[in-house]
Amino acid sequence: MKFRLIGAFAAVALLAACATTPKPTTTTSGAAAATSGPAPGSEQDLVRNVGDRVFFAFDKSNLTSEARATLDRQATWLEKYPQVKVLMAGNCDDRGTEEYNLALGWRRANAARDYLVAKGVSPSRIQTISYGKTRPVALGDNPQAWAQNRNAITSIQGFNPQAK
Amino acid sequence: MQELVFGRRGLLAGSAALLMAPQVGLAKPAPAAPASGSGGQSAVIDVNRAQIAPIPIAIPVFAAAGGKSGELAKGIVGVISNDLSSCGLFRPLDPASFVQAAASIGAVPKWQDWKVIGARALVTGKVEQPAAGNVRVEFRLWDVLPEKQLQGTAYTTTTSNWRRVGHMIADVIYERLLGETGYFDTRIAFVSEVGPRAARIRRLAIMDQDGYNPRFLTSGRWMALDPRFRPIKNELAFMSYAQNQPRVYLLDLGSGRESLLGAFQGMTFAPRFSPHGSKVILSEAHGSGSAIVVVTLAGMRATRLTDSEAINTSPCYSPDGTHITFNSDRDGSPQLYVMGADGSSPKRISYGQGRYFSPVWSPRGDLIAFIRQNGGTFGLGVMNTDGTGQRILSEAFGVDGPAFCPNGRVIIFSRTTPAVNAAGAGHSTHLVSIDITGFNERMVQTPTDASDPAWSPLLS
Repeated sequence: MKFRLIGAFAAVALLAACATTPKPTTTTSGAAAATSGPAPGSEQDLVRNVGDRVFFAFDKSNLTSEARATLDRQATWLEKYPQVKVLMAGNCDDRGTEEYNLALGWRRANAARDYLVAKGVSPSRIQTISYGKTRPVALGDNPQAWAQNRNAITSIQGFNPQAK
Repeated sequence: MQELVFGRRGLLAGSAALLMAPQVGLAKPAPAAPASGSGGQSAVIDVNRAQIAPIPIAIPVFAAAGGKSGELAKGIVGVISNDLSSCGLFRPLDPASFVQAAASIGAVPKWQDWKVIGARALVTGKVEQPAAGNVRVEFRLWDVLPEKQLQGTAYTTTTSNWRRVGHMIADVIYERLLGETGYFDTRIAFVSEVGPRAARIRRLAIMDQDGYNPRFLTSGRWMALDPRFRPIKNELAFMSYAQNQPRVYLLDLGSGRESLLGAFQGMTFAPRFSPHGSKVILSEAHGSGSAIVVVTLAGMRATRLTDSEAINTSPCYSPDGTHITFNSDRDGSPQLYVMGADGSSPKRISYGQGRYFSPVWSPRGDLIAFIRQNGGTFGLGVMNTDGTGQRILSEAFGVDGPAFCPNGRVIIFSRTTPAVNAAGAGHSTHLVSIDITGFNERMVQTPTDASDPAWSPLLS
């Protein structure tokens, strides 16, 4: 949570800097200035300024206070950009069978989705999917990697980083 | 005398051609019958990795009659020998030890020449090419000690099917000498895995049981998982992520046509056919859990067998179709259960230490294979259908996806080797087969990393 907040502040500072004191190197192109921060309502905006994922304990799907804080920010962000539809993908570490983990990943995606819906996001804007243990974000085989792989990742439809 | 002739399209039609008086039908093998020669009273050898004495068998290169038949003869004998040795129950003898030259074996072998090298059984044969593109293979199986012929059969087929003739002969030898049906003329479907771990491409693939003739069944555009053979028909059920809507599909292996199975709101996964192939049982994700649902293929009628309050998945029928074993966390952690085929009287059967997954009922009906996680390791095990008599056959960092060969003697599964660093280097997944007694564990060669194996019924 601390990390996410620092990320958000850093991004805001950068945007402000661009708006007020453009660097000489960017003066030749307006587009270059725009790339120095994610476009509001974009996938990068979600990832960098809001937080696109929440984490779970082993074989669990209950939302921690940190996860709820991330989802609160996601709900606020989704309220701000009502045209955005998202995919909620549930994932697992590989400490279980593929079939069990498909069900567990679904349960995690569903828990995150239900939380967003309770916060006022329309269910029609959220599609849920489970990848089980097939799409690890951390590639090691150790407890630190497993902790990162037990997650639910929110992505803007069409920008799913895990889709294949 | 009738001959076994196969149509041009494959080895699916035809009738057996016995080169001697028809054999009396074999009695149904007792469950878990050990190989002959193992001796002893016990029906099941339950010492892990206990090596039983394999049957010494001599397989001289078949006689050849011109054309490419010499090459084919060598190839076919190679297939037979490899099948028999890889199952662990036979020991093909070194051809260098043979006393009687293969070419001089006439109507009857010189028995003494085969007894002296310790052969219990002898296989002889002849390969000819009666017409372009066709091959005729004649083989005889001899019981050396009582000096008698056990079997004589001739097969005629298109030349490109020559490996299958070898597998069919190996199946006949297996059945005649061990008293139970073989499993060599079969295929294995699996999920081929290629690419970096974070973006692996998972495609269905199929190959002969011995690893030959591999081919892909899906394009890789969408992730595919969970291939399962349909008994009798040339069809698979599997799970596809097409359009980001993970659902169970049917795949016709002849035409390659894929069709969505049923009309479900949620993700469907973990499909498996009923013993006669008329129904598919699967999991449907709903809310925070998943329900076990049976779909009757004629009419696509879906019936729920469990609720979805908890995870209910990995369903598998008993071979008589009266019961279903499945995986559920309804009691707080993943465990194994058995219920009636109508969903009645679910009963937990796993009470050992650890977390239990993926129960698969043996085709013999007497055992349930499973995956158990205990601390940091995963194990492949078998237990009686009431949960007693648990034995762990193989343990590793990760094992998953057990599947029985058609006679229930061998289990194939996937084994994961962990990464050695945070970048995922060294991580790999391969197929492994093991005898239900826990011996003869061996790597199954696949062209790529592989997981999720399924073993086809006998093709002939």
